[in-house]
Amino acid sequence: MFDQLTQKLQRVFKNLRGEGRLTAEHVEEALKEIRMALLEADVNFKVVKQFVESVKTKALGQDVLESLTPGQQVIKVVRDELLEMLGGQSAALCFPPKRPNVFLIVGLQGSGKTTSTGKLARWLNRNGHRAYLLSIDIYRPAAREQLAILGKDLGVPVYPGVGSEDPLKLCQAALREAENSGCDVLLIDTAGRLHIDEQLMQELRQVKQAMTPAEILFVADAMTGQDAVKSAQEFHTQLGLTGIILTKMDGDARGGAALSIKSVTGQPVKFFGVGEKADALEPFYPDRLVSRILGMGDVLSLIEKAQEAINQEQAVELEQKLREDTFTLEDFRDQLRQMRKLGPLEQILGMLPQVGPFKDLNKVKVDEKELLHIEAIINSMTPKERAHHQIINGSRRKRIARGSGTSVQKVNQLLKQYVQARKMMKQMSGGMMARLGRMKF
Amino acid sequence: MKLFGKSEKQEGFFSKLKAAVASTKNNLVAKIEDVVKGEKVIDAELLDDLEAILIGADIGTQTTSEILGKIRSQVSRKQVNDPEQLRTLIKGELRQIIEAANEAGTTSSSIAGTRVLMVVGVNGVGKTTTIGKLANLHTQQGEKVLVCAADTFRAAAIEQLEVWGQRAGVAVIRQKTGADPSAVLFDAMSAAKSRGIDVLIVDTAGRLHTKSNLMAELEKMKRIAAREIPGAPHDVLLIIDATTGQNGLNQAREFTRTAGVTGIVLTKLDGTAKGGIVVPIARELKIPIRYVGVGEKLDDLVEFSAEQYIESLFESE
Repeated sequence: MFDQLTQKLQRVFKNLRGEGRLTAEHVEEALKEIRMALLEADVNFKVVKQFVESVKTKALGQDVLESLTPGQQVIKVVRDELLEMLGGQSAALCFPPKRPNVFLIVGLQGSGKTTSTGKLARWLNRNGHRAYLLSIDIYRPAAREQLAILGKDLGVPVYPGVGSEDPLKLCQAALREAENSGCDVLLIDTAGRLHIDEQLMQELRQVKQAMTPAEILFVADAMTGQDAVKSAQEFHTQLGLTGIILTKMDGDARGGAALSIKSVTGQPVKFFGVGEKADALEPFYPDRLVSRILGMGDVLSLIEKAQEAINQEQAVELEQKLREDTFTLEDFRDQLRQMRKLGPLEQILGMLPQVGPFKDLNKVKVDEKELLHIEAIINSMTPKERAHHQIINGSRRKRIARGSGTSVQKVNQLLKQYVQARKMMKQMSGGMMARLGRMKF
Repeated sequence: MKLFGKSEKQEGFFSKLKAAVASTKNNLVAKIEDVVKGEKVIDAELLDDLEAILIGADIGTQTTSEILGKIRSQVSRKQVNDPEQLRTLIKGELRQIIEAANEAGTTSSSIAGTRVLMVVGVNGVGKTTTIGKLANLHTQQGEKVLVCAADTFRAAAIEQLEVWGQRAGVAVIRQKTGADPSAVLFDAMSAAKSRGIDVLIVDTAGRLHTKSNLMAELEKMKRIAAREIPGAPHDVLLIIDATTGQNGLNQAREFTRTAGVTGIVLTKLDGTAKGGIVVPIARELKIPIRYVGVGEKLDDLVEFSAEQYIESLFESE
């Protein structure tokens, strides 16, 4: 996501790290780089100016100059400042007691409103709500069909509203229908519109007045450039937004628009869209995002996932096995399975900080099929073979290859990797696995 | 009291004197520097303003600093001191970048037989809408147009294209949602050949340029096209949304690499976004800008004019 910005800031701070003490010039130099990086990341230039100014005042304070690790101090100031800009804590959706709650989904054309509406409906249903869908996009050809199809695929009711071309009437009818069918959230997908289109903005104001929505969510494309401030500002002034959904975050856009929009509207980013499938919607955590920007990686998410997947006893047991040199092929297979529980490998690698040994690791293309093959090969071995790999001779290899649907070369390769892994793990064991298991956050 | 007052007055006088000397000194130094650099009236503030215009239009830091760097050296040589002149110089630089790209492009309109025009881009930039407008444009030029609905992925994409087909009075070749886009393309190409079509416009699903499997699908479509009609696709138009920021350059790079983009359509220029990302794209990839989209109506697609576009960048400062 924010990889390139991360790399740039890292370069700045690498230079800073080389210095014993931080001078005003160093701060200037770092800020210049930060300014460029933020501009390249599409943060609006006015927002950048503000940001750099406030970092400067804070960084030039005495504690920085007297500090022993100035680089860390600057990172901390930048980090705190970014965090403050993004809203500090994650923001939840608002569900007032009067049901059904109305959520209005608004935004420019092509930002991903309809897709996000579908994803949000799925997310709500997974989190104890019952969503009802309505499209009042009476302008774009087949827009309502699109939502109807999404609703059908998700098993979420969609108001048909065939024949009616009046957004207000559609809204009121759908609200009644949602109430009658026992749904507690009515999601209204609106037509994409330019913020300067007075007539269409008026229409939204009327819908807002008639429906008193609990949430007005502004859908913004992560690839948006400098104009993000203008459109977001205008939507906010006219409607009073309550949150932002940032879409298309699965690309390589640096997403600086998030900072811009947050800073002009003051409203929190509530969700990320990370793909075209219905489940590709994630709640937004500012601290994790900032950590990513600053090159600390999304370690929190990773640890959470690891704690879900690895249990403590298994980790201790594994460590003992490593120490006693009884790490068998069977254990190797268990390890692979555990790793797969964490999720797709590419996603995991993306969460690691982009420093030291992990640098460029996210560029590695991992073939998930390869892991399946390895598991198949180990499954085709006898228990005795798994415990004592030395006994696997030529004819056993042939049998294993046939059984797993692979080739003898693949079997050889796996055995070689296993021996290497054993050697490596023994060297670095020293309690590391157990420590990972014990980590609490 | 009196003494205190007196001393205050004295201090006031001294500090004023000090300030006066300092300001003269600063002025003098500044003036000398200005003469040396040739920046008489053109002060840092003006250059900052101009930078803000360029950056604010999404032209990007690299291209902006390059343009301003050139201007600075011109300024020092020619002793330019009129802000208006400076603006003209910047416009000239922008024009040079855009026109160099436009000249590098080739036009396929002279090709006999069916011309195949593929429309590509990331999600939500306005591909389908642009195709409706393009179909209309070519029809009005007296050409026989056929549209191919190869976005078989997004829900209701085909229905959306069909509505545009009706508006433009053009037939649409389609299959079901979920069908292989290459298969739809094959159908459309056979139909185009047998119906004596002049222009076949191919809609494709929006895809992020980072998804290698989806980009490979585009490559496959290109291969199919070339197999059925030699030289096809004759044009590959990349749609860029005017609100797009610096990521647009990555989009253009990747789509050019896999799909061989021959032209750009800049959409949604009727908003407040300036679409300046086409400047670094033109500069680096030498891809001509063909059309701009300025609304949601059938005829809201106009041929790109470098002059008008550059003027629009400097509007409403």
